[in-house]
Amino acid sequence: MTQTMTDYTPDDMAEFARQARVRILEAVKHANGGHVGGPYSAADMLAVLYFGILDIRPDEPDWPDRDRFVLSKGHSSIALYTMLALRGFFPVEELLTFDSIDSRLQGHPDMTLTPGIDMSSGSLGLGFAGALGIALGARATGRDFTTFVMLGDGECNEGVVWEGAHVAARYALDNVVAIVDHNKLQQFGWTGESLDDRITPYTGTQLADRWRAFGWEVMEMDGHDIPEVLATLEAAKQVEGRPVAVIAHTVKGKGVSYMEGNYTWHSRVPNDEEFAIAMRELGESEGGAS
Amino acid sequence: MTTLAPGKSLRLAFGETITDLAATDRRIVVLDGDTGSSTFTSLFEAEYPDRFFQMGITEQNMLGMAAGMASLGLVPIVSTFSCFIVSRAHDSIRVLIAQPRANVKLMGGYAGLLAGMTGKTHLMFDDVSIMRAMANMTVVAPADEVETRSALKAIIEYDGPVYFRLTRSDSPILFDDDYEFELGKAVTIRNGTDVTVFSTGVQTARAYEAAEALALEGIGVHLVHVPTIKPLDVDAVVAAATKTGLVVTTEEHTIIGGLGGAIAEALAVNAPTPMILHGLQDVFGESGPDGALLDKYGISAEKTAAAIRDAVANR
Repeated sequence: MTQTMTDYTPDDMAEFARQARVRILEAVKHANGGHVGGPYSAADMLAVLYFGILDIRPDEPDWPDRDRFVLSKGHSSIALYTMLALRGFFPVEELLTFDSIDSRLQGHPDMTLTPGIDMSSGSLGLGFAGALGIALGARATGRDFTTFVMLGDGECNEGVVWEGAHVAARYALDNVVAIVDHNKLQQFGWTGESLDDRITPYTGTQLADRWRAFGWEVMEMDGHDIPEVLATLEAAKQVEGRPVAVIAHTVKGKGVSYMEGNYTWHSRVPNDEEFAIAMRELGESEGGAS
Repeated sequence: MTTLAPGKSLRLAFGETITDLAATDRRIVVLDGDTGSSTFTSLFEAEYPDRFFQMGITEQNMLGMAAGMASLGLVPIVSTFSCFIVSRAHDSIRVLIAQPRANVKLMGGYAGLLAGMTGKTHLMFDDVSIMRAMANMTVVAPADEVETRSALKAIIEYDGPVYFRLTRSDSPILFDDDYEFELGKAVTIRNGTDVTVFSTGVQTARAYEAAEALALEGIGVHLVHVPTIKPLDVDAVVAAATKTGLVVTTEEHTIIGGLGGAIAEALAVNAPTPMILHGLQDVFGESGPDGALLDKYGISAEKTAAAIRDAVANR
């Protein structure tokens, strides 16, 4: 459980996150559909997980003692697929099959199809329940791995999240780490000062307060500061006696100026001009990497 | 009217059987939705406290956690009242159990019309329709304690999601001790040449008593018990229907989409046969004692006999 992968540096992780943002936008543009804002807010954390935290074997995806990762905010699937491909679970070229007929890369993760997917998700809140079941099952079978699960802040609207939070605390599941991608926006969201002003589902410390109230150890981090993410997730693994929720402060659409903090980029396909601007800002040639 | 020997409730047979099976099958764990004192998972907890997980009143979470546990090779037996599994946690079952074919066994307790005075919220008699419509799901409704024991063994050996229908009240014994349930197979209970009656679950005992009474009137009922409603034993259904050319289905369940619906679909495609669907109508339930409910909602042995008698008279 304490094993750390040392092959990759924080700079490597930053580079993988950059490549992931490029590949995500390519796949969404190619599929003419998919989500962008949420995958971009999660990309840095996923790079840290897959290149710095998770004890996994890309050539043996079903290795029984691997750490588990569940993307409960399953609509960010393309971010996870991209990271799995970069990590070697399947060819990077396959990313362009995203959302196409007969593809293993479905709109929402399918554990029966894609190597490296530990739990299906897509109906919000349920991946979290599945992850808690993995953690409880690991304890019941005497297995010593950590289960990481990523939720969205909008996802925390779901009642089932709090059912699970209660049960996890009751069983003191210290082998599970929930990362909440607190990007402050959801698909349409709560109305602010005007109809164009969509505001955060949880203001200030509300989200942290809720998890703490349910008996979880709460940590907070800047979800785009790679050394901080690495240190926080390592620390979260060490906590004993209670589950850990890491509130990750992030920016929806992070990495591309016109997407950042703009709820309309929750799921939107860039036109050619927007794509070129994004590639330029991501340090890629305007045609992309593929 | 001929009566069968009294027997245990299916819920008690369930609690006893999973406790027995857990002795040799280390994969078995039980997840309880705070109803173990009613569903008899209490027996399992007393014997295997480390393999019993109280989930509290968190059905959507409980079904999701079961899927996670199944992904590690455990066989989670999830138990609470049918209404809370099928309705409350429907999305968890659909997304995390049925579609990925998670090896989770769903124990729908207190199913049907007789749920101890609880009334409209708890009386769940569209559970078979709902679960039958879900891809990858197997649906089983045993008739008595003997079949409950045998069927539980079979569905735990089967690798995949199963909805198992359990009831609250004591049920008469229909099967001999050496009876062996076969998943996906219908069972001929008695032979007759005038009408084929298909029944499932605890309604089969009432259908049997009805058939015995009708025999005294000279009506020969060919009674076939269908414990596995999905996948349906289509060959057996077609053969039995063709034998008499007249079919009555009867069930402690709505006539919409349950056993009657399944058999109507199978016969319409394979062997169109005149048919009456007997069971609960398009209604919700209400509180009341068992006998009064069976009578009012028309599925007592007497009312089942009347439905079969009418079908034969009007053929």
